[in-house]
Amino acid sequence: MSEKNGFEPKIIGFLCNWCSYAGADLAGVSRIQYPPNIRIIRVMCSGRIDPAFVLEAFKDGADGVLVAGCHLPSDCHYISGNFKALRRITLLKKALAEFGIEPERLRLEWISASEGDKFAAVVRDMTEQIKKLGPNPLKEMEVKSQ
Amino acid sequence: MAKEKLKIAFYWAASCGGCEIAVLDINEKILDVLQLADIVFWPVAMDIKYKDVENMPDKYIDICFFNGSVRNEEQEHMAKLLRKKAKTLVAFGSCAHEGCIPGLANLHNRQEVFEKYYLKCSSVENPNGVVPQTEFEAKEGVLRLPEFYDTVKTLGQTVAVDYYLPGCPPPVKLISAAIDAIAKNELPAKGSVLAPLKSVCDECPKKKENKKISKIYRVYEKAPDPERCLLEQGIICMGPATRSGCGAQCLNVDMPCTGCGGPCPNAPEQGAAMMSALASIMGLDEEKEKYTDKDVEELMSQIKDPIGTFYMYSLPSSILGRKVIKK
Repeated sequence: MSEKNGFEPKIIGFLCNWCSYAGADLAGVSRIQYPPNIRIIRVMCSGRIDPAFVLEAFKDGADGVLVAGCHLPSDCHYISGNFKALRRITLLKKALAEFGIEPERLRLEWISASEGDKFAAVVRDMTEQIKKLGPNPLKEMEVKSQ
Repeated sequence: MAKEKLKIAFYWAASCGGCEIAVLDINEKILDVLQLADIVFWPVAMDIKYKDVENMPDKYIDICFFNGSVRNEEQEHMAKLLRKKAKTLVAFGSCAHEGCIPGLANLHNRQEVFEKYYLKCSSVENPNGVVPQTEFEAKEGVLRLPEFYDTVKTLGQTVAVDYYLPGCPPPVKLISAAIDAIAKNELPAKGSVLAPLKSVCDECPKKKENKKISKIYRVYEKAPDPERCLLEQGIICMGPATRSGCGAQCLNVDMPCTGCGGPCPNAPEQGAAMMSALASIMGLDEEKEKYTDKDVEELMSQIKDPIGTFYMYSLPSSILGRKVIKK
């Protein structure tokens, strides 16, 4: 595929309001460089991420999805939202593999409000990883069938 | 003055035939149906050809009950034809509504299905590797078979559907209610699912205690306490993510719900809704401090077949719809 070299992945980032979104904000105000491939959606808690949001993102052509929330075990503003997210994403990855979508395209990270550098590093690393994986296989299939 | 009778049609596409039997499960109510309607097309019970349907004027049929999903050319043709000939098209049963068991074939494509079914299945003897073709030249001329598609679709993904009757097969109560509504001309807005809005848990008589679960049991592994919620005893029950209307009849005999009623109206992706619900109640909250990624991995690995469990009836109508298979 000729597109692969110039391929710029689209990554949807669901960041929790209390930790990770503030962490991304810190990366911004600290002027830490990271690739512009991520599109951030702020949610109140990583426990708010319904697996359907992630599936919808992949269906609409996202090449990767990042879910980020407050550190385990006790940083969550809502006490146990991050634990719920951990269990949901773990289960969803299994389902994604069965759907034929590489589970590595979905990533869960814990990023606190003081970890701007970690946020930037995660985005950098994830962008690289998804570039290696190539575009979302769903997009290729849609072009080919009918 | 005798009112003109309604003209009703039944058709089956990719289905098991259970929905046809469900029509008869309404027992003596079938006499009310015959009082009120003439059956003009019903391949399982009447000798009538597709040509006769093609010769009907458009909108000739008042109500067509269509069961089965659409997985080949013939079914697609009939879906489109019946849509043209019928004023009201009802997707009858889980297959037409959301794809159901035939829809699990969306984890494969035509090539894989044919290979398994005609070549590799251990009970098959097919040394010449014969698989169905769409055309065959015989002495008498070219014979045609309908094309088999890669992807199973619901009726609603093929043509516009007016009403949906969920269930595998639809419960008698819902069929009767639909027939009454038709007789009185009191059908709701088009596009409605003719079932209650709440989940199966709402109709389930078992006691719910809001307990966490840390171990999953398959049905044969445990004799559950019949008074208590099965999910809270570790048996995966699709009740929380499934639309009611069935009277929780499986739960009444201590079998978990497998989700044939389809999604609830506010959580249209049934599989995701159940993954979400199950992940919420699984866990070892009291052991929070020593909870590692590995523990969670082990905990969730108890669920052996996520798609077969959470999407048993709804794979074609789910967000992704099918497995991605690179050709």
